[in-house]
Amino acid sequence: MSGTIVDSAVFPNQTNTMAADISGQMLDLDEDDDLEVFSKQATRGSAFEFEEEEASDFKDIFVTVDNPESHITAIETFITYRVLTKTTRSEFDNSEYEVRRRYQDFLWLKGKLEEAHPTLIVHPLPEKFVVKGMVERFNGDFIETRKNALHRFLNRVADHPILSCSEDFKVFLTAQVWELASYKKQGPGLLSRMGETVRAVANSVRGVKNRPEEFTAMQLYVEAFSNKISSLDKVTQRIVKEQKEYLGELKEFGPIYTLWSGSEEELVGPLKGVAGCIERCCKETEEQVNQLSDTLVPTLHEYVLCSESLKAVLRRRDNIQAEFEAKNEALATKKVDQDALKEETDRLEDRVEWANSALKGDWGRWQRCMRGDLKSAFITTAQKNIDYYEKCQAVWETFLLSQRMDGSEDAEKDDSS
Amino acid sequence: MMADSAPEEIAVIGNIDITSAELKNNIRNTMVEIDKGLLRKMEISVAEAEKRTGKNAVNMQETYTVYLIETRPVDTITEGVTPAPDSLWRRYSEFELLRNYLLVTYPFVVVAPLPEKRAEIVWHKLSADNMDPDFVERRRVGLENFLLRVACHPVLCNDKIFYMFLTEEKGWKEMVYDTGFQAKADSRLKAMNAAFRVKNPDKRFTELKHYSDELQTVLSQLLRVRARVADRLYGVYKVHGNYGRVFSEWSAIEKEMGDGLQSAGHHVDVYAASVDDILEEEEHYADQLKEYLFYTDALRAVCRKHELTQFELETAAQDLASKKQQKEELVTGTVRTFSLKGMTSKLFGQETAEQREAKLQALEQQIEEGEEAVKEKNKESDDFVKTAWEDIECFKEQKDRDLKEALISYAIMQISMCKKGIQVWTNAKECFNKM
Repeated sequence: MSGTIVDSAVFPNQTNTMAADISGQMLDLDEDDDLEVFSKQATRGSAFEFEEEEASDFKDIFVTVDNPESHITAIETFITYRVLTKTTRSEFDNSEYEVRRRYQDFLWLKGKLEEAHPTLIVHPLPEKFVVKGMVERFNGDFIETRKNALHRFLNRVADHPILSCSEDFKVFLTAQVWELASYKKQGPGLLSRMGETVRAVANSVRGVKNRPEEFTAMQLYVEAFSNKISSLDKVTQRIVKEQKEYLGELKEFGPIYTLWSGSEEELVGPLKGVAGCIERCCKETEEQVNQLSDTLVPTLHEYVLCSESLKAVLRRRDNIQAEFEAKNEALATKKVDQDALKEETDRLEDRVEWANSALKGDWGRWQRCMRGDLKSAFITTAQKNIDYYEKCQAVWETFLLSQRMDGSEDAEKDDSS
Repeated sequence: MMADSAPEEIAVIGNIDITSAELKNNIRNTMVEIDKGLLRKMEISVAEAEKRTGKNAVNMQETYTVYLIETRPVDTITEGVTPAPDSLWRRYSEFELLRNYLLVTYPFVVVAPLPEKRAEIVWHKLSADNMDPDFVERRRVGLENFLLRVACHPVLCNDKIFYMFLTEEKGWKEMVYDTGFQAKADSRLKAMNAAFRVKNPDKRFTELKHYSDELQTVLSQLLRVRARVADRLYGVYKVHGNYGRVFSEWSAIEKEMGDGLQSAGHHVDVYAASVDDILEEEEHYADQLKEYLFYTDALRAVCRKHELTQFELETAAQDLASKKQQKEELVTGTVRTFSLKGMTSKLFGQETAEQREAKLQALEQQIEEGEEAVKEKNKESDDFVKTAWEDIECFKEQKDRDLKEALISYAIMQISMCKKGIQVWTNAKECFNKM
């Protein structure tokens, strides 16, 4: 059952939108139904013990996001992306799938994953709305950046030993548009979900009493990390801005030399040479700025969003513990319903243990990913800077050579190297 | 030691030591050929600058800078011993006086310009303050350059006043005024500003004037944009400095990445700091361009002088022609040109034979004088054109040489900047690798 490119007419409208909006609020939920899911996953619990290279050596699922297309209906205009899956996993009926998904679908998926695994670290999605100072929604650059981020999101999920086994993930990758729509409608209704939101808020207000030391340490780290990565994001964006302004001025500089050469005789050669060099350097500068915008900025930005995810994960863990602690207290104080309460408390205690192990396991994994991603981004940037300067140096040296060759008395002066 | 106007109180505010700048000085002034003119006999340099305060002519406190001019006869050096140089202090206004004197006395020479009186085309980090040590330093270099250019000019180097400027601290100003150049300067100024039309200027001078205008426009534009480019470049480099700080703070919370981040941060800091040197070097390039920007004034002055001489010649020739015309009319009795005399004689009758004879004689006298005047003006004009054009050809060669050098040195600077960049980012990359 391979998906096909869907006609816009078939695309569902209202209900889909509503579901997606709610899914955004489902972050702090804990559903009793999930216990089923938990115990199912428990058999795969040994997966928590993975240390080193896991998925990369045994990668059996490949996902790409590409081919953005605009869809215009009577009500709205939106973009869909093609999601291609190639896999050898037995859970999948076919080895290849092609479906079209819109941003809301990704949001839904993320919500479902977080719902099912509240203390696993899910890679962030690109922002829903455009931040100030950036381009409008349907500008090519914006779509390209979003597409890349969505691609990374899906790949992170696919690489995750637990998340990639999610049923929701599978449906996302394989279902036809209408199939996905009806699948989304299953699950708890609107009212019950709202009730759960209220419970979650109550839990967070209650607060957690005996948070284990390591999670406090994690929280401190996440706050500091969030701080630093935001700074880096801002600094990098500032650099891009300054580079663009520099480029703007440089573009005016070269032509003046050309203008000047029009008044001269002997100096025509060197003047035109300098003008040419400056022009070439402009091109290189432009490329360098693009590299920064294409590689470093998105990566840093993603990790800013990551740190928000991490904070949410820690909050959810705290809530799970808070709920258990509350029940535990009730157990100690209430005299009636002791049996029922005890059962409930035990269940909640298991849940806490589960949540903690999941997070601990995923934490190391996340750190490794983070280190790899950021290291790679910085190395690429440094390399690009080296390339930039090497190219510019070559440009000027060629000019110099040309001058020294036809210059009679030449500049054997300081070879400031 | 004091400069000119003998202020009541002198306070030496600060001695701006410039030993490291002498190195720059050498780079800057090797364009001037050392084996020409006065430089064959003596070494000249503007070695130091100092701030002074004193009361000026209207008895108000003022702060000004004086420059130490050092001279040393060349032959004493070759004996292996370097004796102490002779020296005296001069302030900027005295340089101006010297230059004005030279302009007036040698109107056919393209006289080298002085460095800026006030810092004008600067990028924002560079101070526009006249007392700023960097500005003073660049001015010192510019003043030295001026002296060297004058000293190796085939005509100017022989001037007595110039020699005294270098050697006689006291009474030099009086000497200059004694030459009576002030009167000449005033009339020159008037003439330069007067509006007159020349019928047959030498085409070469007309072209030269257009060229000076073009060069002035293009160099002004170039300098302005260069300053803006420098500004932007400064911004780019300096923002990178923030990386260093954040990396350092971030490294404190990381275990494995800590060292790599910290050391990478250090290199990025080096990168950010390197722009200061880069832009300082570029200022020298800007100064070289500025010198030629200011040269365009001198070029225009020479062209103007030619126009003036030419105009005077044409006027004299015209006068002569009209006198001859009058004589002819008197002799033949025909009145071709309208004149009051002609009208009145028509109305009131002819003049007597004696009157006519007297007039004729007067006219012939005037014609003789007129012919002398024209001959003189002709010679003056020819001489001027000849000497001026000689100097202009020299100037053109010098300009082509110097500006080509400047462009090459600009390229060298860019290469140096690239090399620094490669070095720094290679180091940073290695540190990132260790993350």
